[in-house]
Amino acid sequence: MIELIFTDRCSGCGECVAACPSDVLALGSEGHPVIARQAECQTCFMCELYCASDALYVHPDCEKPVSLDPDQVLGSGLLGQYRRDSGWDEWAADPRYDNQHWRMEEIFALARASKG
Amino acid sequence: MHATASLNLSADVLVIGGGLAGTWAAVAAARQGARVVLSEKGYCGTSGVTATAGPGHWWVPPEQRQAAIDKRLASAAGLADGRWMARTLDSTWHTLPSLDRLYGFPVDDHGIKQYRALRGPEYMRSMRRLASEHGVTLLDHSPALELLRDDAGALAGARGLQRQAGRGWEVRAPAVVMATGGCAFHSLLLGSRNNTGDGYLMGVEAGAELSGMEFSAYYCIAPAGSTMTRSMVYTFGRYFDASGRELDIPQGPAFNYALARALLEGPVSCRLDRIPAAIRERLRYVQPNLMLPFDRSGIDPFRDTFPVTLHGEGTIRGVGGLRLIDDHCQTLVPGLFAAGDAASRESVTGAISGGGAVNSSWALSSGQWAGQGAALHARRQPAVRPGQRLLGSATVGLLPLGDERHASTALVEAIHNEMHPYDKNLVRSGGQLQRSLAQLDNTWDRLQQQTHARDPAAVLRWRETAAMLATARWCYSSAVQRNESRGLHQRSDAPGQSAAFDVHLRSAGIDTPWVRHDAVKSSREVPA
Repeated sequence: MIELIFTDRCSGCGECVAACPSDVLALGSEGHPVIARQAECQTCFMCELYCASDALYVHPDCEKPVSLDPDQVLGSGLLGQYRRDSGWDEWAADPRYDNQHWRMEEIFALARASKG
Repeated sequence: MHATASLNLSADVLVIGGGLAGTWAAVAAARQGARVVLSEKGYCGTSGVTATAGPGHWWVPPEQRQAAIDKRLASAAGLADGRWMARTLDSTWHTLPSLDRLYGFPVDDHGIKQYRALRGPEYMRSMRRLASEHGVTLLDHSPALELLRDDAGALAGARGLQRQAGRGWEVRAPAVVMATGGCAFHSLLLGSRNNTGDGYLMGVEAGAELSGMEFSAYYCIAPAGSTMTRSMVYTFGRYFDASGRELDIPQGPAFNYALARALLEGPVSCRLDRIPAAIRERLRYVQPNLMLPFDRSGIDPFRDTFPVTLHGEGTIRGVGGLRLIDDHCQTLVPGLFAAGDAASRESVTGAISGGGAVNSSWALSSGQWAGQGAALHARRQPAVRPGQRLLGSATVGLLPLGDERHASTALVEAIHNEMHPYDKNLVRSGGQLQRSLAQLDNTWDRLQQQTHARDPAAVLRWRETAAMLATARWCYSSAVQRNESRGLHQRSDAPGQSAAFDVHLRSAGIDTPWVRHDAVKSSREVPA
């Protein structure tokens, strides 16, 4: 579920509030999003793709909230991981993050062959 | 029943649902010259099961199509139709390259552009842009609550809730495309939380029928406690029971059954150490969300074992949905069309799952056929007049604001308890289905006793609960009737396929679900 919003990174663009398919976020009085309805979060990570400032962190546990240390998450290099690996925005021109989705089929074929 | 809508629009075609099928329907209707409004419960671009996935498609060159159709017909257990398969293959082949300008199709190692499989987030972002370019009015965070009829009983649009703007909406339109997706009963399947069967309930309330609802027993593997139902890498998986003993979990159609049997015995762990090193490095650039649960939980899935589970897909990678009666994907209700997982996919999948590929091809094809059909229908109808009195068609779960005596969560849990367990839904028996139906009937009675909802958000939750519950009853009522095993529907008390059930099971009925047997009229003819 969505766990952390790093307001010092947030530009206040509101894209995440619009893009969340479950309407989990709301714009707070300071102009930054707040987690208004965490229990509705479907742990789809889509908000992270739509946050060009990498100010959101979704934890993969979809069943219950977890307690996280924001400093540890900041230092982990995981903020913005999904957006970068997807080659969005400023990463689009970087060949390291080219879309290799087309390899799915050969990976499936390899897996089936490896099982004999 | 509730406050007057404060956003009032009129259109030729209203599309309900902004996933893959809904966006294609909206674009196709607009290309016919229709004024189109699309209402989406979440956000058109991130909502639905395509946006979070990476759909391959049923992408077959013309010269290989007959063989592909024959293969599919052979596994469809007699319930599919080669003509619809041919239409779907043709539509997929022409449609995907048309997205070239908006979606950056990658080239393979030989420099050949790859159209077959698209990444979900980029695909749906492109579809949103395409719909906007075609002048479609997009209403985000605007779940539909009920269909509307005019005084003469004709379909006249829908009304719903704008949950972020805090007001109602009403769209007057003589043609409606239902593209609300399938129903996973609030399982933790990735991206499925908005898929609560709303379109099935709205359609049946307006007079439509369903078909194939018994084919609703599909599951997908995920790391336990996560939503990440990306199954590709699990083909490489090795599986272990709680004592560390390696389990024999075969690939193919037997996979889910073997894994479910093991999970009923106790926890099952997986290790992906058979994935070649060169592929490990690439996985995050093939499926960028696949590794998120591992990276963020500190698991090295290539070295460590991690617990796995199965999430129910219901009718998402199941088959059932609104019954279509013509090539434009019209339902029994004149002017009401259905597309994608909201529609029955028996014509292209028969009794087995279409998986991601056939279902994606079906969504983009049926979406366009329904959109065209809706535009043509609207052209022949007089517009719905602004002052005309319209009647809502909701019969259950659409509650006025007031004192909410119980929360809907207890009812959702009761639905979950019958629809998710592997020994109730995946491996079925007549006795268990009857017991589950009795529980669902009790839950229906509890729903009927609810008189008020606390606030607009609760109105939506109660209506979703009603849709899930109605869908669950149609699924199991159909499953009781199909007293045999065929495709996705496996009955331990009736193993094997029986010629007596070479039928489509139609269903509807709100307070009292009913099921009818219709003889199969399929054609193996494939147009040249």
